[in-house]
Amino acid sequence: MSLKSLDPRVTRLGIPEEQELKTEKSPLDQWQTYEVFTQAKTGAHHTHVGSLHAPNDEMAYILAKEQFGRRSKVTSLWVAKTAFFVTAENDDELFARNDEKMYREAGGFKVMDRINEFKAKVKSEKSKE
Amino acid sequence: MYGGGYIFEPSGNGEGNAEDPQKLAEFEAKIAAGEKIEPDDWMPHEYRKQLIRMIEQHAHSEIIGALPEGTWITRAPGFRRKLALMAKVQDEVGHGQLLYSAAETLGKPREEMINDLISGKSKYSNVFNYPAVTWADTAIIAWLIDAGAIINQVANSKGSYAPYCRALERICQEESFHLKYGHDNVVFLATGTPKQRQMVQEALNRWWPPIMHFFGPSDKISVHTETLMRWKVKMASNDAMRQKFLDMYVPKIWDLGLTIPDPKLKKNEETGEWEYTEPDWDEFKRVINGDGPCNKERLAVRKMAEEKGEWVRKALMRQDEKYMVPLS
Repeated sequence: MSLKSLDPRVTRLGIPEEQELKTEKSPLDQWQTYEVFTQAKTGAHHTHVGSLHAPNDEMAYILAKEQFGRRSKVTSLWVAKTAFFVTAENDDELFARNDEKMYREAGGFKVMDRINEFKAKVKSEKSKE
Repeated sequence: MYGGGYIFEPSGNGEGNAEDPQKLAEFEAKIAAGEKIEPDDWMPHEYRKQLIRMIEQHAHSEIIGALPEGTWITRAPGFRRKLALMAKVQDEVGHGQLLYSAAETLGKPREEMINDLISGKSKYSNVFNYPAVTWADTAIIAWLIDAGAIINQVANSKGSYAPYCRALERICQEESFHLKYGHDNVVFLATGTPKQRQMVQEALNRWWPPIMHFFGPSDKISVHTETLMRWKVKMASNDAMRQKFLDMYVPKIWDLGLTIPDPKLKKNEETGEWEYTEPDWDEFKRVINGDGPCNKERLAVRKMAEEKGEWVRKALMRQDEKYMVPLS
């Protein structure tokens, strides 16, 4: 007996009604992973938008276009194997910031007080003349 | 579509206790402060396990959920609806891919997830064990099941696990089209001929019990839920989401002159809560454990697709490649 479905296409497949529902996929059955970057408009940065599985670079590009370039507007797309990415653990520590080092920030240089003081001095000297 | 009513594993006897208390405290403080957890960050074993389970169930639901609707592509009434339904089904399958990737970042390879789906070890949303008998059923699914899923997904997109939130953000954008598309189909039938009205009413009658099941059993008494909510894995109780759904959609259903097959359904104006007949949770359990009208067909079709596609995947596979966990 084969499976009878409301969907005539499923009925036509002739799937046996009684069968063991089990698979054992071998590693890499779903292929390696790629990372995908898209550019939303010309002039913008490429932004990481997600990952996908593909057997080779060309297929990765095609699948990425389908998955990430199908809905919203995309002007350019990059893919690269996940294996090529260099990352670090403990990002928190690595990227901790030294907020007290004001000498390397724009806000660390305040000149207006000095300028105003100088202007006031010049003005008062002029009025004395 | 389709996330909702996730089945979490019983958390056992205090597994959390085995974790480093210092790290656990830091982790919880981070979440309480509204920060997100990235794949490389420290996380409790239990958090990882429950997230894999939830995201995987969500992914399976997208893939299996495409089947009852996909059934109707060849028989959609009119070219525009056929195109729209194809776009919707493709979206759902795409959501499955995004979610599988998010689950993979937690360390479970995709192959294992597919094995567990087909063997019945992993669950998917129970509603897809019911058939889409007529075109009107697809309209009810696209409107009301997607509406339920949006409520769930919008809540979850504010959760703590960053890759899941990112996937959900994209998914929710596409869901808004599904909802409008479904509503349009229901409105068309409900404002049509007596025969069309009857068809959509019958579909609503068939789908009302699964819709009430959609958010899962009442969870107000579960201690387990408290931890998951503190960790922002689960963002709202099943009952709260069900109430929200009723509040938003029952009036819209009544607007169309359709009836809901529950004589007890009414809003208690004093409490602001909806009252309804308690859904049949025995049926829910029976169906989710395999004994529903379509369980066998759904998994058999999925298995067949995997088996028939295997030679293609093998032919393209390069043995010298190594599997890498996706970045995020």
